[in-house]
This record gives sequence, C-alpha cells and structure tokens, in this order.
Amino acid sequence: MNTGKPSIKTALRFDSIVKEFFGVRVLKEVSFEIGEGKTLGLVGENGAGKSTLMNILGGNLQPEEGSLWFGGQPFSPRSPADAEVAGIAFVHQELNLFGNLSIAENLFVNCFPTTGGLINRSRMFNDTSAALKQVGLNLSPDTPVDRLSAGEQQMVEIAKALARDARLIILDEPTTSLTDIEAGRLFKVLRDLQQQGITLIYISHALEEVANLSDDILVLRDGEVVGNGPKSSFSQSKMISLMVGRDIDHLFPPRSHTPTRKPALRVEKLGRKGVVKDIDFTLHEGEVLGISGLIGSGRTELARILFGLDPVDSGNITLAETSILKLSPAARIQKGMAFLTENRRDEGLCAEASIADNMTLVAAPRFKRGPLALVNRESISLEVTRYREAVRLTKSAQNTQQVKTLSGGNQQKVVLAKWILNQPKLIILDEPTRGIDVGAKYEIYSLINQLTQEGAAVLVISSELEELIGICDRILTMRQGEITGQFNQGEFDREKILAAAIH
Amino acid sequence: MGLDTAKLRKRILGEHLPLLLCLLYFAALAPFAEGFATSYNLVNVFSAMLPLLVLATGQTLVMITAGIDLSATAVIAMASVVGAMIISGDVGWLAGNPLAVPIGIVAMLLVGAVVGAINGTLVAWFRMPPFIVTLTSLMFFSGLAIWSTQSKAISALPHSFLILGGNDWVTLAIVATVVGGIHILLTRSLYGRWIFAVGHNPKTALVSGVPVQKVLVGAYIAAGLIAAVAAILITSRMESGSPVHWQRNLLDVIGATVIGGTSLYGGKGKVLWTVYGALFLTLIDNSLNLLNLSHFTIMMVKGLVILAAAMLDVLRNRENG
Repeated sequence: MNTGKPSIKTALRFDSIVKEFFGVRVLKEVSFEIGEGKTLGLVGENGAGKSTLMNILGGNLQPEEGSLWFGGQPFSPRSPADAEVAGIAFVHQELNLFGNLSIAENLFVNCFPTTGGLINRSRMFNDTSAALKQVGLNLSPDTPVDRLSAGEQQMVEIAKALARDARLIILDEPTTSLTDIEAGRLFKVLRDLQQQGITLIYISHALEEVANLSDDILVLRDGEVVGNGPKSSFSQSKMISLMVGRDIDHLFPPRSHTPTRKPALRVEKLGRKGVVKDIDFTLHEGEVLGISGLIGSGRTELARILFGLDPVDSGNITLAETSILKLSPAARIQKGMAFLTENRRDEGLCAEASIADNMTLVAAPRFKRGPLALVNRESISLEVTRYREAVRLTKSAQNTQQVKTLSGGNQQKVVLAKWILNQPKLIILDEPTRGIDVGAKYEIYSLINQLTQEGAAVLVISSELEELIGICDRILTMRQGEITGQFNQGEFDREKILAAAIH
Repeated sequence: MGLDTAKLRKRILGEHLPLLLCLLYFAALAPFAEGFATSYNLVNVFSAMLPLLVLATGQTLVMITAGIDLSATAVIAMASVVGAMIISGDVGWLAGNPLAVPIGIVAMLLVGAVVGAINGTLVAWFRMPPFIVTLTSLMFFSGLAIWSTQSKAISALPHSFLILGGNDWVTLAIVATVVGGIHILLTRSLYGRWIFAVGHNPKTALVSGVPVQKVLVGAYIAAGLIAAVAAILITSRMESGSPVHWQRNLLDVIGATVIGGTSLYGGKGKVLWTVYGALFLTLIDNSLNLLNLSHFTIMMVKGLVILAAAMLDVLRNRENG
C-alpha cells in the first residue's frame, strides 16, 4: 500500500489506549495517528471520551493500557508540565487566563525570563509582542487580560502556545464564546499556523468548522473510534450518524403547531442607560421568539432585565396583563417566568449538589406543608422521576449523584428540568445549547416544541443563527442595545438577518 | 452482597467516620486513663458535651451557607451578663420579681438574636466577609460584656434558673429540642433546602428565586439564638453571670463542626456529624484531663486533631471530585 510513497512523518500516535474510571472503561483501545503539520478534527457527543483522550495527551490522566508516541518517541506525560516541555499546548473551552495580570505576564506566568534572578521585563515584552503579532492582535503586552473580549483572550491563549514553541496545539471548543467575526479571525490564525507546519487537534460540536479546518476526522462514540480518515470521506450527516449511532434526518424537529395571538409578555419602551434602548415587542402564547445579535448587543442584558435581575430606567414589562416591573426575580418566578442563563456553571447549577436537589430548587416552595414549611419528600421525588424522563436525562445517572459528574448536555437538561418542573408560562433561554452535542441539542429543541404546545411562550437568545432559524416562529435582531429588525417564519434569510444584527 | 458491603463501608467511612474514630479513641485510651471507661465518667462526658453540641449546631447552620460565626462566645458573654443583671437576687433589676426568670431568658435570647441580626445584615446586604464581620462582633461584644460588669461575675441567681443547666435531664431536653429542631429544619424544610443552595452557589440560588439575603440573615439570627440558649445553660450551670464564661472555647465550637465533616466551603454538613464532632472533642478533653495533662498540652492535641479532620475533609473531597 504505502510502498515507495514518501510518507508524511507521524506527529502523534495513540496505540490501543485504555482508560478506566472506577472500573468503567471510558476509552476502549483507542488507536489513531496524526501526520506532522496536519489538523485532526475530533468529534463526538458529550461523554464520548474526547476530554479523557486529551487529558491523557496533556498529562492530566494516565492510561491503564496502551502507549503514546509523540515525534517518533514513546511519550508518557505524568503531569501537564511534562506535556508542555514536550511542546504540547492546550487552548481550553473555559479560558485559563489570569484576568488581573497583563498579557505578557499571562504568557510567561510559569517561565518568566530572568536576568540575575529578577524578571527581565523588556525581553518579556518583546517576546510577547512577537507572539501577539503572529496571532494578529494589535495590543500592548501590558494590557490587563480582563479588558479583552472573549475572542481576544482566545488569541492570547494561542499566542501563549506559540511563545512556548508548541508543536501541537489542542483547541477544545474554541468558538463557543466567540462572535462570528471573532471566529473568522480565529480561523485565519489557525490557517497561518497550519502553513507554519504546526499540528492541530480541533475539537468542536460545530461540524461545519471541523470540516472546513481539518485534514483528517476522528469520530469517537462511547470511548471507541467509530470513524477515522481523511475529511473527504466524511459528510456532515455521516459524522452525525456516527456520533449518535443512529441517523438523525434533520437537525431540528418539525414544528407541529402555530402560535396564538394571545400576548404572554409585552415589553414597552424598555430602556436602561448604556445597555438597552426603546425595546418594544410582544411575545405570544405558544410562540418561540428568537433574539439574534452579537455578544455585547444587549441581548443577555435584556433577558436579565426581563427577569428582574438588573434594574431598568424606563418603560414597562407586562406579563399576563399585569405589570411586573417592580417584582423581584422570585416573584416573577411565581408569576410563571423561567430563565435559563447563558452561564450554566455559575448561575444555572449548584454543581456540588445532587441532581434531585438541583431539579427541585425552583419549585420547592410549592411542596411545602404546614407552619414549619416542611417539604413533602414523596411528591417531590415523584416529580423528579417524571421530569427527568421528560428531559430525557441519561438513565445511568442516580438522583443523588452530584450534577458536576454529568456531561455538559445532561447538566443542561437538569437546568431545563429545574425550570419546567415549575410549569412556567414564559421561559427565557439564553444560549440553551452552548457546548452540548447534536443529540442533546435535538432533544432540547423537541422540549421547546412541547412547551409551546402546552401554551408556554419561549424567548430564545442564541449566537447560532442556524439554530434560531430552525426553531423560531419569529426572530428579532439586536445591535447596540436596540432592536434593529424583525423576521417572521417563512421570510428567514440568513444574509438579511446577519446584516440587521451587524450593521 | 458484594455491593451491600461496599455500600456499608462507604457509609461508615463517609457518614459515620467521626463516630468510628470516637470509638477507636475510646478503646485506645481506656486501658491508660484511669477512670475513663466508667459509667460515672461517661455521664460526665455527655454532660460536658451538651453546651458545646448546641453551639456547634448553630455553627453548622452558618457554615453550610459558606460562612462562619466567630461571635458565638461573645453572645455567651453578653447574654450571660445581661441575663444575670436582670435575674440576680443581689443586684438584678428584677430581683425578687416572680417574672424575673422568664423575662431574663427572653432578654438573653434577644441578645443572641440582635447580634445575629447585625452579623447577618452585614454579611447579606453589605456583602462583607463573614470572617471579618463576626470577628469584629466577637471583639466588640466581648469587650462590652467585660466593660459593663467591670469583669466581675454576678451571682445569686434564682433557683428556678439554676435547674436549666444544673439538672442533666432538663439540660438534655433543651439540647435535644434545639439540635433535633435544627436537624429537621436542615433535612426536611424548605428553609433547609435554601440554606444548602445558598452555600453551594448563591448566584444560582438567586436566579432560581431563593431569597438569598433573607436566608443568610436567618442563618445568622438562628446561630445567635442558639448561642443564647448555650449562654442560658452555661450561666445556669456555673451559677453566675460572667463575661469570661467560655471565652477560651471558641475554637472548640468551630473544631467540633469541622471534625464532624461540615465543609468550610459551604453546601455540605449535617447535624449528626456535628454530634460526632462534639463527642470526639469532649472525649479528648476528658481523657487528657484524666491523664493529668495541662490545659496547654490539651490545646496542642486538639489542634492536631482538628488539623487531621480538616485534612481528611480535603482528601475525601478529592476522592469524590
């Protein structure tokens, strides 16, 4: 087969890697290789073993069986420091920068250049400038990192890898917190890196990105390699069916009903200085209304105002014909509001608490009995059983299990279950499918459908326009705190919506 | 069967480990400390443990919210002095009045509630760190108690008051009510669920409709009230109101809670664990006293034991996470 052909040097090889947690095999003899300077697109559902695989490469975990080869040498990193010395860099989904330190200090945080025991600041600044140039960032090295946007921080992470002469860079969901424009810049930088012969592993649920950037594709399911080869042999639908192990004909479930004309939420001339201005819209019962806009367009801020978490200066919010402007979030919840925030970890879950406790947090007051407000445990556990089935939470999870042990998709289902257990009339979903896999996304869309069928009104905020087009009855665009466009189903046009959101 | 023993092992190591340690400690020391394993001494241990247990239960409540209450012993001092100033037969404002004792008790509880409300308000509404808030109220109210009595004990307390802490059965009934009540509050009530949620993640709790600030203020007021109950028991047992009662035992209160397994990071804790923790510390005190070790040696040993417990907590968390 490969006789005579000058074969590309192998950069990285996994050979029958096995990893177990508490006796459960999470990686089952995973073998693959990446050629020097090539880009591997790694896809798989949450819990398929992608993170475990990368943690082994990064020295955070050690495999039970099998061997790793890096640059033609056997490679067994015992710690992240080992991997870094070998030239492997990680760009994480959750950015790992120190917000209070400057860009330069972040780049050299564990390897400050020194002269006579003191930090050589001019050398540090020069090296940082060079690395920033490579990623196309025109910023001073002493800029504090928390002044940067998410996209710029991502670039700093990559600059950090470059400053350390990384030969292999792993990118884990790099675009989840980026706007389209920022993502475009990231792809340009990644293409430059490919030109320079740096090997990349690109992990993402955005299959289009993966297909565009990669030379080869690796599909993992349940800890096994179920597909591996050049990208030409993988269509997006093939990737999806390999990932989920069955065919998903459509990415979005069909909408089976039309919204009513009964207003559920009416927003009039809502304004808050420097945040949102003159916001006017009505959301009807049974309707899915989408809000499209860049990060910083005021879409999340609007949601927080609607839910009563942030103050307003002017205007009115009417829910079921009564003004809720003066009510606290708790009182709005009692009126039937629900708010799934964009930040699952910080505002959606109690990560250390159990699945059952998380699911019943919002609705618990409805189960109190008697003067001591004792919670009726039997009826509450019945509800937990009912709603974990409703959101199709993984069967393997125990109710008493801590939610932090669940995959991202299942965590999001717990947050959703927490809200729908309280039977909301109006549910605001801010980035409901961020960082979760195709199968779980489909299930969440189906749930949204079901909620509207039962008469609930749904407001969805999303950075993924495809998603809004796929599930909404109507889409509003926001820019600089104002509503700049309205599109009804049937007249959804990607270009026009984007234009209204950006220009 | 295999699974069951594994489960049992996990339960014992996870839930009841401090009790196991108590038993092991008891078995290890029994041959050496003369009089340790006698029924007379064991009654002593349980009797001595009661005020500590009440205080540590209040501490548990606050610690689950990811807070700490360093003002517990200041509440004891202040409540003890205020109570005695009202009920003392010598110098009390209501000396000889048949309602003196009930009014005195209410006043003592009020002292606890007020200190707790101040702590809670500063923590919840002004978002100040619990450590600093309760440390400063410890200093202020301890100082106030000493200043207002010129450091003198107030004695001649009415007989009906002396029963509360003097009769082991009455004391036990009071302690059991408080400890059992807090146990039910934490495990069964809506308020208990909210306390844990606030301790786990106050932001998530707020978004989920939990009245976070009220929950926090409530926890500190409850801790203050509980410290006042301890003040009643201690004042009664010592037969005098004094600003120096228990002033050296603050760290026992926090130690008993931590030894039991309640996490300093919030969101994790049980009243039963605190019972074990209080028992363990009291056993150490009692046994080392019997071995004729000095107060300072006992402090050293207790320090090491609390350190070991805190380390165990870290290790257990790492294993789970």
